[in-house]
Amino acid sequence: MSDAIIEVRGVTKRFGGVVANEDISLDVERGRITGLIGPNGSGKTTLFNSIVGYHPIDAGVIRFEGREIQRLRVQRIARLGLLRTFQQTRIYAKMNCVKNMLISVPHRKMGFLDMFGRHTSEDLEKAERLLDFVGLYEKRYLLAGDLSFGQQKLLEFAMALMNEPTVLLLDEPTAGINPTLINGLIDRLKRANSELGITLLIIEHNMRVIMNMADKIYCLAHGRLLAEGPPEAIRNDQRVIDAYLGAH
Amino acid sequence: MSIGNNIARLVLYGAVLLFGLAAPYLFPAYVSQISVLWLMIVFALTWDLLGGQMGYNSLGNIFFFGAGMYISAVVQIGLVYDVGVYTAAFGGGEFAFTPEQYFTGFWLGMGAAGVLATLFAFLFGLIVFGLRGPYFAIGTLGVAIAAGELVGAWDWIGGGSGISMPTYPGGPDEAKRFFYYLMFALAVATFLFLKWLYGTRFGLALNAIRDDEEKAEGMGLHTNRYKRVAWAISAFFLGISGAIFGNMTGFIEPLEVAFPTITFGIFMVLMVLLGGKGILWGPILGAVLFHVIKEVTWTYLLGWQWVALGLLIVIIVVYFQQGILGWLMEQRPEWFGIRVEEKTRGPAARAGAPRAEAAE
Repeated sequence: MSDAIIEVRGVTKRFGGVVANEDISLDVERGRITGLIGPNGSGKTTLFNSIVGYHPIDAGVIRFEGREIQRLRVQRIARLGLLRTFQQTRIYAKMNCVKNMLISVPHRKMGFLDMFGRHTSEDLEKAERLLDFVGLYEKRYLLAGDLSFGQQKLLEFAMALMNEPTVLLLDEPTAGINPTLINGLIDRLKRANSELGITLLIIEHNMRVIMNMADKIYCLAHGRLLAEGPPEAIRNDQRVIDAYLGAH
Repeated sequence: MSIGNNIARLVLYGAVLLFGLAAPYLFPAYVSQISVLWLMIVFALTWDLLGGQMGYNSLGNIFFFGAGMYISAVVQIGLVYDVGVYTAAFGGGEFAFTPEQYFTGFWLGMGAAGVLATLFAFLFGLIVFGLRGPYFAIGTLGVAIAAGELVGAWDWIGGGSGISMPTYPGGPDEAKRFFYYLMFALAVATFLFLKWLYGTRFGLALNAIRDDEEKAEGMGLHTNRYKRVAWAISAFFLGISGAIFGNMTGFIEPLEVAFPTITFGIFMVLMVLLGGKGILWGPILGAVLFHVIKEVTWTYLLGWQWVALGLLIVIIVVYFQQGILGWLMEQRPEWFGIRVEEKTRGPAARAGAPRAEAAE
């Protein structure tokens, strides 16, 4: 509790008459892996969108490293070091993987004239190293749009790492990935956390994955916070089990 | 492979340069037509910067051409005479320019056209880049049409009756060659600048905005800055081209010469689509083909030229959206440095691994 890098306090988001998030409060602790679970339509992605500034929220406060960010726009928040990946994977389809990586360098300190700079050999080296890290090195000159869905997901993850974020919000990182590759992905996410020191907030439907990775899990249902706690507690929480098995 | 590419590239550049330099002496009867060809290449290249590389289809780029034309006219005339008095005489009266006055005004006017067109682009960019997709196209078209109407109603700069430009101090043949070489130099400068630009981070950012602007925002790119600067670059070259073209034709007026949205304004789009958008040489190929087709139909199908042009538009838009180089890129991606099949190279082969180059 003491070292929360993201603090969400009483966040409410409505779409017309539908309340997607209601009075949600949670903490993402620095350097840890935090999980966000809940049945379909429980408001997980909406909460993600609220945190990264994709849409304005109706009530509440969101702090990143102690600074209120609920009024900032997406680009500003991204440049602060708070980055998200998309559930429907988004990459630059008509550019090859290396170019996808090169344009994902941090834009934090990008001045006006830096726009006209060429990428450095360090950038290229880093891009290739990270592509190697996610297992796409051999496909680095293919157009990103020609990769399979799972490979695009890995590319998007590598692009996020290229951006050197402080916190990475991952929206269902294992969805659509070949089950035999999921263990490899879990390993890479854990290494991104432990070796690169990136704090992770992960939406995940695969219980085995999230229970294996997260230090703490929050469970949403019908737009409200249902339960929070370490994986074992969540796994045995009757309300969580009911939310998943009962009324969908 | 890469050596062969370099030689081929050198031969191509050399041939284009030689043709450009020698054309006025080889084809003295066609100097004006070839000058317009270079203008068309500038049109196509600058349109492709937004429409092809960045995915923003502007129908209003012609505004900067017309603005440059009028800015240079006002500077050239205003340096020596009262602009209102000059235009009120409708080309009559005694308004002589010494060669020194002419050239001072011409160069200053051209510079002002480039700078002010850039400024206009930056200002309009604040407004129109709030629009996306078809709304951006219509919004920019509105800017161009409104500008034509406004100039037409503004008597101080000649209104609908236009302005007779100061005459070039020299024989007509010399004048033709002078403006020819300026247009040629502008086309070469535009090409070289864009070729350099597409190799920088800026080029990657433009392509990223084209492929997925929301993702680019999510990754922290200064998307608005890139979009405005891209439009300003486009406007700079168009403004200068307008200044040269106005002096070349000798007479400017708002609807047919300066802001011709349904001729030059549409040609820009058409040439890029024909040649292949988003590929450096696409707009050039499109401009050359289009200009030749247009000149031939204008000569041999007089009376039917608009029908032929309309047919060409329909054929391109319905059956051939990717354009000639776009089609070639689908058939032979490796010619453009694009890999399709998987290569099994480990990090050990890194030193020998060819680098993908920007599609040219």
